[in-house]
Amino acid sequence: MQQFVNVTLSGLIQGSIFAAFALALVLIWRSTRIVNFAQGSMAAATSFIALALIHSGQSYWLALVVALAAGFVLGAVVERVIVRPVEGGPELNAVIVTLGLFVAIQALIAIIAGSEFQSFPAPFGLRGFTFGSTTIALTPNSVFVLIAVLITMVLLVALFRFTRVGLAMRASAFGQEVARLLGVRVGRMLTLGWALAAVVGSLSGLLIAGGGLVYPAYMDSLIVFGFVAAILGGLDSPIGAIVGGLLLGLALSYVSGYVPRGSGLVNLAALVILMVVLLVRPGGLFASSTARRA
Amino acid sequence: MTDAHGSTSLSIGADAGAGARTAPGTALLEVEGLTSAYGPVRALDGVTLSAEAGRITAVLGANGAGKTTLLRTISGLVRPVAGRVTLGGEDITRAPVEAMVGKGMAHVPEGRGVIAELTVDENLRVGSLFRGKVEKSEFDRVYDTFPRIAERRDNPAHTLSGGERQMLVIGRALLAQPRILLLDEPSLGLAPRIVAQIFGLLRKLVDSEGLSVLLVEQNARSALSVADVGVVLNLGRVVVTDQARTLMADEGLRHAYLGF
Repeated sequence: MQQFVNVTLSGLIQGSIFAAFALALVLIWRSTRIVNFAQGSMAAATSFIALALIHSGQSYWLALVVALAAGFVLGAVVERVIVRPVEGGPELNAVIVTLGLFVAIQALIAIIAGSEFQSFPAPFGLRGFTFGSTTIALTPNSVFVLIAVLITMVLLVALFRFTRVGLAMRASAFGQEVARLLGVRVGRMLTLGWALAAVVGSLSGLLIAGGGLVYPAYMDSLIVFGFVAAILGGLDSPIGAIVGGLLLGLALSYVSGYVPRGSGLVNLAALVILMVVLLVRPGGLFASSTARRA
Repeated sequence: MTDAHGSTSLSIGADAGAGARTAPGTALLEVEGLTSAYGPVRALDGVTLSAEAGRITAVLGANGAGKTTLLRTISGLVRPVAGRVTLGGEDITRAPVEAMVGKGMAHVPEGRGVIAELTVDENLRVGSLFRGKVEKSEFDRVYDTFPRIAERRDNPAHTLSGGERQMLVIGRALLAQPRILLLDEPSLGLAPRIVAQIFGLLRKLVDSEGLSVLLVEQNARSALSVADVGVVLNLGRVVVTDQARTLMADEGLRHAYLGF
């Protein structure tokens, strides 16, 4: 029983980080029909900015805020300067551009910050809460992770549902031409979409780094998990990305917790899940049946 | 819209917004020598026409005559190779698409242009975004005019029928308080009864509110029955421009270009 609780808890915590990363992918896919393979490298870059600040004696919280702001700027610049020329062109062009960016940013991090492992501090304790004589897998830091992801989701939902900018962003994503004819500055909205996605991606990078080790390629496995989570939920659906992330987190946690030598099988399990989803329900669990016409 | 000739009135911008109406009968939108090409193919070849204030101008012609390209070039979605477009005397040939609605031009594109994933109400709100804060009463007026879409305001727009979609996009265009409304094939795929309703409503908006309309239609008979002026387009060139009733009476022209 205790093992089940622990495995489930750590699955949910991992899953919430997958969910945030998947959400970043979905935000970009929805608005520009581009899978941003550079999402992980961009997030890693912002984590290294945070780490540099922490090493220079600043607080974790200042570093967090600066890193998220850097993510916003990085997302906007990447969209405006690098992605804009290939938007609306053949899909392969965008894929190559974001893949190239993925490699280039990672190399740049290695040049500037070095490629050795560095430990990244966590803002809260990493020892599980204790009840009597049992210690569970829930730590103060993982409570922070859950709350941070939850707040981000709520803010995003509020932005899209209740604000004029959110409405303009949705209109730009679903009906570019119509939105332009209605006076919406679609280009700006797409830039903003990439910027916000990069913030969410950066958050997932910072959260997964907390209490662990970072190196230029430390986000690589999260890219795979985030991508599987996004596909699981149906690339078009933000709710799907969140549910997909949590489901994937749980599934992988059960694999590593219950299957003998399962921890070595986690990556394999993720890819098997991806394969099964693509075979059985290629649109994902939350595929909308809406015909896309503008 | 239970009765196009009923008593509900859609007051658009009588008190605010688009400002001074141009006197009826004077040229509002002028197109001079407009030429557009897709690669080496000229879709428009030196088109000159003008849409007068307070009138319905119908551009007619067969498939491929260049009707849609004409509207898309006017609103900037297609950039012309040559020619000029002016609205109320202002040269808007090179103005960005996003700026057109602010200048008083509302373009309803072919295929109705509802944003299927948004609700009916959100579609309307997108149409008024560029104006900043808009009084709720303006939305109520649109809903009063189109009770059919009022019932469905919280449903996603993809659940609407073709006629309801057309009502939604016209209502949305009116929320922009345009001086001129550009409509691309509003009759496409609609039952004749619905077409008559929508054209009846346009006529009323033009007569009572001073709206101006530039309409592009393949359905020449319906369009000429509601329009003041007809422009016949063939292979990207203007063949004839005349009063709608004169065109209606010209059997030779009707057979040659309008297919009825």
